[in-house]
Amino acid sequence: MNPKIQTKELDFHYGKVQALKKVTLDIKEHQVTALIGPSGCGKSTFLRTLNRMNDVIPNARLEGAVFLDGLNIYAPEVDVVEVRKRVGMVFQQPNPFPKSIYENVIFGPRMLGLNHRTNLNDVVEKSLRASGLWDEVKDNLGKSGMALSGGQQQRLCIARALAIEPEIILMDEPCSSLDPISTLRIEELMQELKGKYTIVIVTHNMQQAARASDWTGFFLLGEMVEYGPTSEIFSRPKDKRTEDYITGRFG
Amino acid sequence: MTRESFDRHLQQLQDEVLVLGSMVDKAIDRSMRALKGRDMEMARQVVAGDRKINQKRLDIEERCVELIISQQPVASDLRIIVAVLNIIIDLERIGDHAEGTAKIALMIGDEPPLKPLIDLPRMAEKAGDMLRRSLVAFINRDVASAREISAEDDEIDNLYDQVYRELLVFMMEDPRTITRATRLIWVAHNLERSADRVTNICERVVFTVTGKMEEIGASKY
Repeated sequence: MNPKIQTKELDFHYGKVQALKKVTLDIKEHQVTALIGPSGCGKSTFLRTLNRMNDVIPNARLEGAVFLDGLNIYAPEVDVVEVRKRVGMVFQQPNPFPKSIYENVIFGPRMLGLNHRTNLNDVVEKSLRASGLWDEVKDNLGKSGMALSGGQQQRLCIARALAIEPEIILMDEPCSSLDPISTLRIEELMQELKGKYTIVIVTHNMQQAARASDWTGFFLLGEMVEYGPTSEIFSRPKDKRTEDYITGRFG
Repeated sequence: MTRESFDRHLQQLQDEVLVLGSMVDKAIDRSMRALKGRDMEMARQVVAGDRKINQKRLDIEERCVELIISQQPVASDLRIIVAVLNIIIDLERIGDHAEGTAKIALMIGDEPPLKPLIDLPRMAEKAGDMLRRSLVAFINRDVASAREISAEDDEIDNLYDQVYRELLVFMMEDPRTITRATRLIWVAHNLERSADRVTNICERVVFTVTGKMEEIGASKY
């Protein structure tokens, strides 16, 4: 299995606080990788380094490298817009724009210069089908994205991320504000989407990591303690700290 | 995060396995004493007691299911519960073998003895000893001891060979002994199978500790 993303000795500082310590990790292509760990362990920081979302944070400093298909995305000549086009992101709270469902989905493609109506229609249908929302909204694409249920909003955000045809989708606790049924739909969706994309998800819900991911990385105090196939991490973790955390005996 | 209540439940679960183990251990011992001492009352008690053993196994299984539902165990917690679910099946089956021996004791009734029983009680004693130690190894997560106990299955296999050969000679010399001798072979077989089940328990000890299933006591039979 090819690594789609490789991080090498990644250090990250928020001012004087070190959030990541020498994280070296290979994220496999067409797999779902879950990052778990207690609050403040660095997993979200790590996720955000993968599409340079931390760039705008004042006093933040990154050392080491992140390779996307072998290309260091922090190299000076790399265009950050190009990186984010390849690496889409879905956040904890569904955050549709206060626009119609249709406008939400085509926002990215339009920004990138796609204007032809027929093409845009295709993008909308394709993206909403891929995110499993099409059948629920196809007759009402003019409706405000904000009027959808939480689970639907999150799938709309996934459709919006898919519309720019990324290769990787980062998800930062995408189900934490959803009910169990919507959560399961998103988890199933991840399994469907991994055929075409590479997915990295940060989750606080260990059962979710166990259910929905192929690979799991455990972070603690900025370090990546253990990384391996999800079935192994949850049945026979090698590191005592992983064992203590996943069995709920941490601390 | 602490899981005191879960830890307590896991502890109780393992205590219950020891209780079941001790019921089964007693059944092995009493079925052999019933056979050797022609004690029909004791044999009937072993047969009746097997229902309690079966019920105990079901109760423990239910507790395991409840813990899985309520606690969603992973890693070593999950391995303990998976091990318990398997060990109780082996214990119940050993109980069935003891019941089988008790039923043979009832069948034999007061027929004249074929021969003094020496090796069969030795087999029963050895199987009981292996059983008790395997459960201690489980509680102590003692892989080395589990491997040792498993290796001792050879002694049971050798005794089985000995009993089998001896009874064959009886049958060849006097075909009228065939019915009685065959019954005793069944008893030997019950004990041989019981010891094999003990090696399964030993394998679960290794699994609980390492997370890997490996066959450690390849029996001759």
